[in-house]
Parts: sequence; structure tokens; C-alpha cells
Amino acid sequence: MVRELTCIVCPKGCPLRVELEDGVVKSVTGHTCPRGLQYANDECIHPMRTVTSTVLAKDGRVIPVKTDRTIPKEKMFECMELINATVIELPVTVGQVLLSDILGTGANLVATANADESL
Amino acid sequence: MKQIDLVIVGGGPAGMSAAVAAYDNGIKNILILERDSHLGGILQQCIHNGFGLHRFGEELTGPEYAWRYEQQVYERNIPYLLNTMVLDISPEKVVTATNSEEGVFQIQAKAVILAMGCRERSKGALNIAGTRPSGIFSAGTAQKYVNLKGYMPGKNVVILGSGDIGLIMARRMTLEGAKVHAVCELMPYSGGLARNIEQCLNDFGIPLRLSHTVVEIHGKQRLEGVTIAKVDENRRPIPETREYIPCDTLLLSVGLIPENELSKTAGVPLDRVTSGAVVDQDRQTSVEGIFACGNVLHVHDLVDYVSEEAEIAGKSAVAYIQGITAERTDIPLSTDGKIRYTVPQRITQKKDVTVFFRVADVYRNVTIRVSDGDRVIYSKKKLKVAPGEMESITLRPDQFADAKALSFALEVK
Ligand SMILES: Cc1cc2nc3c(=O)[nH]c(=O)nc-3n(C[C@H](O)[C@H](O)[C@H](O)COP(=O)(O)OP(=O)(O)OC[C@H]3O[C@@H](n4cnc5c(N)ncnc54)[C@H](O)[C@@H]3O)c2cc1C
Ligand code: SF4
Repeated sequence: MVRELTCIVCPKGCPLRVELEDGVVKSVTGHTCPRGLQYANDECIHPMRTVTSTVLAKDGRVIPVKTDRTIPKEKMFECMELINATVIELPVTVGQVLLSDILGTGANLVATANADESL
Repeated sequence: MKQIDLVIVGGGPAGMSAAVAAYDNGIKNILILERDSHLGGILQQCIHNGFGLHRFGEELTGPEYAWRYEQQVYERNIPYLLNTMVLDISPEKVVTATNSEEGVFQIQAKAVILAMGCRERSKGALNIAGTRPSGIFSAGTAQKYVNLKGYMPGKNVVILGSGDIGLIMARRMTLEGAKVHAVCELMPYSGGLARNIEQCLNDFGIPLRLSHTVVEIHGKQRLEGVTIAKVDENRRPIPETREYIPCDTLLLSVGLIPENELSKTAGVPLDRVTSGAVVDQDRQTSVEGIFACGNVLHVHDLVDYVSEEAEIAGKSAVAYIQGITAERTDIPLSTDGKIRYTVPQRITQKKDVTVFFRVADVYRNVTIRVSDGDRVIYSKKKLKVAPGEMESITLRPDQFADAKALSFALEVK
């Protein structure tokens, strides 16, 4: 089986062609760097994504957040439910961990902006 | 009147990078003027990741990328004024601005860098038939509501235009529980990055309807639905293909346009294609001492290139103030139509020049050719070029030293 993919690791978006046999990756072509090769393998075996969103702070402001590493693609919506159920205390700083080891993925939810206590 | 060496209009990534570069190259008397309540520009609402891979070798979100540069501004104690709107710039570089503390005030600058960014085109909405109910937003406005205010504009969404902001918002609203029924694109190809089609549409099974447009809007108070249709080669809707989609929200993602009202007051001539200033390799406009960089100059898809361009403007403003220049020349750059525009549009000094350009259509197996009359001074083959992706080449002074004019052409096999 052949799968055509678009590498999403960087803005170049190289077109990838993966040859699979019984779910095992036999060959990858089209990537122009090693990260693309890694992506092709992951994508065929276990697709992973970073989730970015916002969480609510106690005072009603919204704070941008992300998972600090990729999580399994099928867990994205479950992760969103967790994020939307979270209300945080201020202040926060960039990189501060707000939820750790989300859904047992090893990824943490971290703030991506600073917010003071007072407006 | 207050005297300042370098005034920078706009505190987005372009303004901040230009300020840092100017500071590090020897000009300390700088002032950044920003109309918003914080530095960072449009990046504050771009909470998705995909920024900074070129610059920092890691994937950052918009606010994180902005924060890297804010820190550089703070570390150097570069002065900035927030909530301050620039109203006018004269060709003599008198900058008129206003804020609530000082009222209207003027500054005489030695050099000015324009870094006002861009705004969204809204034209797309005007020529669609039907009513004008609520529920129609530009994609950027929707992004601001969702990401900065935590407010969802609707539940059932159709997006017109497949630019990156539209694609990013398709994913964002899907993750927040909305159903995105379709992204319609008038052209036979998307204007967005391939990676965004993959991770924002394909990941969620959102259909991208190429060569499709919205032909009618329905609903009295609130949007109730849209009629879409396929278009022919002349981009005219084909009546038999009309299709009704019920929805409460229509997002328009029909492109960005540089915000150049101020440039006009300064007497800066604009390029008809880019809608930004005509500049030389230093990003100096045709008005001496006025520079431009970032999205006010031409719309960039990657902030990394914005920073790079802003550094050129920052450094060059310093050289201008200090009166340093390489050997002068004056070579206009022209394009063949397949290449839509170049930045810069002129070369005025003999030094290495990186020329950025965009193409008009998707072309495969092309040769990019730069010639001076009949003489080819540069050529490079590429497998594929697309309008959504900016290209660049670097020319050395020995290649163009005695050229009269340079023409940029794309040869398609
Ligand atoms: C929705 C969206 C998604 C994007 N996604 C990506 C991505 O995934 N990856 C990527 O690399 N790039 C992305 N970009 C591109 C990148 O964000 C922009 O190219 C970059 O922010 C442009 O920087 P700038 O400083 O030129 O403009 P801006 O960020 O727009 O900053 C301009 C600043 O000037 C200020 N200003 C304007 N007029 C005045 C005035 N008269 N007086 C005072 N201040 C003024 C504005 O308030 C603003 O703060 C995206 C852009 C948008 C809009
Ligand atoms: S293969 Fe490498 S260069 Fe190509 S898109 Fe993927 S990460 Fe980028």
C-alpha cells in the first residue's frame, strides 16, 4: 500500500510518499530532512499532534496554552474537554505548567503568554 | 519639538525586530509607538504553533514568538509608548501621534521605520447576493473573539477563502465544538500552506471545495444558511451546481492588505501589486530616511521572514543616520507576470541583495531566471512554486554590478 502525505513539521510542507506492507513502513520518499522521515513513520503508525487552545482565568480573561509535546491525534478532543474544564489562578508566566501529564500522554499543558494578577 | 533618532511605527514582530537590530548596531535613541495596549501585534491572537522554526529552531506559538522579542526589547530598555496612535508622518519625518496622557504631540525623527502590519480584505462579502444578517465575520475578527475574548461566534460554520487564517480558524472552531461544513475556495488551488490543509482540514475531515464560492446569503436577523456553487474557468458560478448549506456563521478569509494610510501621508510611493511601499535592498522607501518592513511592506506568511526583513530595515536605518553607504547604483527590478512582484523593487547599492518574490499561479518544473537585457545573470530550477509560498534568491554585486535593469522571469516547461 502506498500513502501520500504532506509533512506538517515545518512550513515547507514536503509531499511524502510512504510504502507500507502489513502496516510496516518499507520506504519513505519526498522528505528533504530527517524530521520529515520521522513524521512519515509516526503518521503511519501513530499520528501525533500538538494542541493549542485557551484556558479561562478566575477573573474571566482567557490565557493561551499548548501541550508541551505532541499527543496522540485521537486524544485531541478529550484533551480539549480537560482544557475547557480548567480555570486557573493568576499570575501565570510563559512556560508555566498548568496541567501535568495530560491523559497519561506525558505531555503537560503550559501557558504560552504572561498574565498579571491585575488588569 | 522632541528630537529622536529613530521612530518605529508599530510594535508587532516587525517593529520589535527592527528596534533590536537598530539598537545592537549603535543607535540607542529609539522610540516605538504602538496603538494597542501591549507589544506583539497580530501574534497575540495567533495562539496556534508554527512560528519560529527558522529563527529559533523550535516550534513556538504566536504569543511565545512575540515574547522572545518583547524580552529583547525590555533587556535593552528600548523606549516604547503603548496606547499611542500615529496620525501622520510628513516627508520631513515629523511624526504626529496621540495618546490619552500627552494628547496630540509631534516628534522630529532622523529616520522612521514603518511597521504597521496589515488588515483583512473585506471586499469578498460585498458582491454576494442575498441578505446581510449577523453571523458574518472576517476570519481574523473571529480569531480575536475566540482567542482573546473566549467567545465563540457560532456553531455551524462555512468558510469562504482558504487563506491560512481561514484554515487555522476551521481547526480552532472545530476543537471548540463547532461544525465546519466546508471551506470554499474560488481558485482551483488553496492560498494556504499545504501543512495547514493537512492539519487543519484533513485531520478533521473538513471538505475543501476548490473552484467554489458563496453565491447567496440567507437569513433575516441571524445567518441561516449560504448557497455555494462551483465556478467555471472564468470564475463564474455554474447555476446547476448550486447547493444550500445551513449554517449560523460565515467566515471570510479572502486575504490581507498592507495598512498604508500613513505611508501615503509621508509621500511614499506604493507598489500596485503588493499595496506596500516601493523599496530598495535596505527596505528604504523612495522618501529618504523612511523605511518599511513586515506586513506593511508585503504580506508575509512566515513571521520568521518578517523578523529577518525588519533586521535589514533596522540596520539600514542606522547606516542611514550615520551616513554609511556602499557604492551606489540604481537598478530597477521588473517581473514577467508569472512572477507577480519582487521586494525590493530597486537595487541602489552594490552589496549582496536577497530578493523575495511571489508567483501568480501553481507552476511545476520551472526555471527562475534573472536577466539584464539578453544576458542571464542568474538561474535556478525548482520542482514547484505556488502563490502561497514566498520564494527568495540572493544576488551578489559581481552578478549585477553593471546591469541597467533586471527582469525576473519564470520559464515553465
Ligand atoms: C491570523 C494569522 C495567522 C498567522 N499564522 C502564522 C503562522 O502560523 N506562522 C507564521 O510564521 N506566521 C503566521 N502569520 C504571519 C505573522 O503573524 C505576521 O506575518 C506578522 O505578525 C507580521 O508582523 P508585523 O509586525 O508586520 O505586523 P503586526 O503583527 O500586524 O503588527 C503591526 C503593529 O502595528 C500597530 N499599528 C498599526 N498602525 C498603527 C498606528 N497608526 N499607530 C501605532 N501603531 C500602529 C498595530 O497595532 C500592530 O501592533 C499569521 C498572521 C495572521 C494574521
Ligand atoms: S520533510 Fe523536513 S523540510 Fe520537508 S516539510 Fe517536513 S520538516 Fe520541513
